[in-house]
Amino acid sequence: MAITAFDFEKPLVELEQRIQETEQQEPRDDVALAQLRDELEKRQREIYAQLSPWQRVLLARHADRPHSMDYVNALMTDFIEVHGDRFYADDKAVQCGFATFADMPVAVVAQQKGRDTKENLVRNWGMSHPEGYRKAMRVMRLAEKFGMPIIVFIDTPGAFPGIGAEERGQAEAIARNIRDMFTLQVPVICVVVGEGASGGALGVGVGDCVLMLENSWYCVISPEGCAAILWKDRAMAEQAAQHLKLTAPDLIELGVADDIIPEPLGGAHRNPDDTYVNVKQKLEEWLMKFVDKTGDELVAHRYAKFRAMGRYLETGKEDV
Amino acid sequence: MPWFKKDKYTTLKPAVMRDRIPEGLWTKCEKCFAPIVTRDFEENLNVCPKCGFHHKLGARERVELLIDDGTFEEMFTEVQPTDALKFVDSKDYGSRLKAAQKKSGFDEGVITGTGQLDGHPVALAVMVFEFVGGSMGAVVGERITRLIEHAADNGLPVIIVSASGGARMQEGILSLMQMAKTSGALTLLAAKKLPYFSVLTNPSTAGVMASYASLGDIILAEPEALIGFAGPRVIQQTINQILPKGFQKSDFVLEHGFLDLITERGEMKKNLSIMLFYFTGRKGDRFPEAPEEIGSEAATPVDEVVEAIEPATADEAS
Repeated sequence: MAITAFDFEKPLVELEQRIQETEQQEPRDDVALAQLRDELEKRQREIYAQLSPWQRVLLARHADRPHSMDYVNALMTDFIEVHGDRFYADDKAVQCGFATFADMPVAVVAQQKGRDTKENLVRNWGMSHPEGYRKAMRVMRLAEKFGMPIIVFIDTPGAFPGIGAEERGQAEAIARNIRDMFTLQVPVICVVVGEGASGGALGVGVGDCVLMLENSWYCVISPEGCAAILWKDRAMAEQAAQHLKLTAPDLIELGVADDIIPEPLGGAHRNPDDTYVNVKQKLEEWLMKFVDKTGDELVAHRYAKFRAMGRYLETGKEDV
Repeated sequence: MPWFKKDKYTTLKPAVMRDRIPEGLWTKCEKCFAPIVTRDFEENLNVCPKCGFHHKLGARERVELLIDDGTFEEMFTEVQPTDALKFVDSKDYGSRLKAAQKKSGFDEGVITGTGQLDGHPVALAVMVFEFVGGSMGAVVGERITRLIEHAADNGLPVIIVSASGGARMQEGILSLMQMAKTSGALTLLAAKKLPYFSVLTNPSTAGVMASYASLGDIILAEPEALIGFAGPRVIQQTINQILPKGFQKSDFVLEHGFLDLITERGEMKKNLSIMLFYFTGRKGDRFPEAPEEIGSEAATPVDEVVEAIEPATADEAS
């Protein structure tokens, strides 16, 4: 497996290589090996304990990070994908269907990136056209009709900005989804597994709870986009990331996310299996909070949840 | 030597003409560069008399244009901005807000309130483009949500006039969530079967279009307004192609099926007034002629019909 290493990961990769070399030496120097392993763990803890927001953004985009469908395949059984929005096309940047999870049928909406260039050309780098949002809503309405909870995996660098997308109403498709998700009479659990970029994410993101993986991000704009507009320089993305408050702990603090799903040391890509276990556990935990609620309770709870978002001052209350 | 001989022709380029037009007394058209006497320009609602281009109209002027004199009551001014993220780019967001307030004369990016439109009671929001590009932060979202909830509780139709470049970046994820909050509130209005008219002016893009501005029961736009999800520059950079002529302008959006109607500024109040009658069954004070005939043909007076349709509303109003 080709591991792409970021600058801040390089010391770790070097240590890993030395461990491998030492392991293969004859005779094996067990003392040195143990020392190296201790050193690796120590450095890992140091580095990952103080990741900057920008480093988390990089991890969220890591080429080897598990993607939405990896979670579907690992956590669920008998997934059947359904295609198309019944209006125009099948958008491959979002995969939708039905599966068994926690012994019950669920609907799945999974924004899906490709693993390599060839796959990304098919998946459009996880950037949906309007058809994707309309397909997602079609499947969510089916879930509502047949009483299935909906599980949404969010991972997109944004809704696609292109001529066709505008011609076919990208804004309308997202707006309609946002509004209509408020009316769904079944539980909606959203998990940001990688990137949650702006309207592209929110277009499938109105849930009863919003969970975030430890190294995912969710914001109104990508750090690069923000840097290009406010600093007139995309290279200022690192600084923009610092100010935008886009990490999982930030979103808990701001009252947007409900829970953080821990990732193994070094990030989800270094140990996907442990990541799957953590995601499964949190998904079940949160799903169980909502499965017994009535449709009206869910709708009221969802409205109250999003109604409370936003910070502002309130002056002259005594005048009322 | 002939009197009228001219050796050289001087061509005035629009750019040169622009420079020669003095400030104040004259206004130049942004599109055809024609000089217009400022007073005429303002009397024509900032629409160029030569080419018909709709220049931006101030939010206060917009309220005056749509709402009957003396009936507008501004609401939710108690909701005021704050720098929730302690955001800093070239300057900190707190100072940016203060500077914007000073420069624009508005306290935030939207005016909300109730008033009468040709005698129809309505809830109105007008976005303030002069304030940080009409961007939507927590205050815009909260005021609009409160307005929609107030309208739903009091049986009022809602009109939202958009003029916005999108979400307010300096408020990060909280500005994104205003799209959810406002769109969610519209479900309450729909449940009461109250109409919502979305009026799009130049520009209406990104965050607002991906939320309430696209969700009108009826969506009207002024001519030649820029309307879309992504800005033209972003699209051009992404796809590396020249964009088609008129791309994302009102005509283009209507042709692709996402607008009900393009209405000139001077006709906006009349068209809203007619539709308010059609959608609420309530006849306004100053109802235009044509539908009046339809009304007079009906055996039942319209006011009675209204009471039959909406007894709850009548109760609440009293």
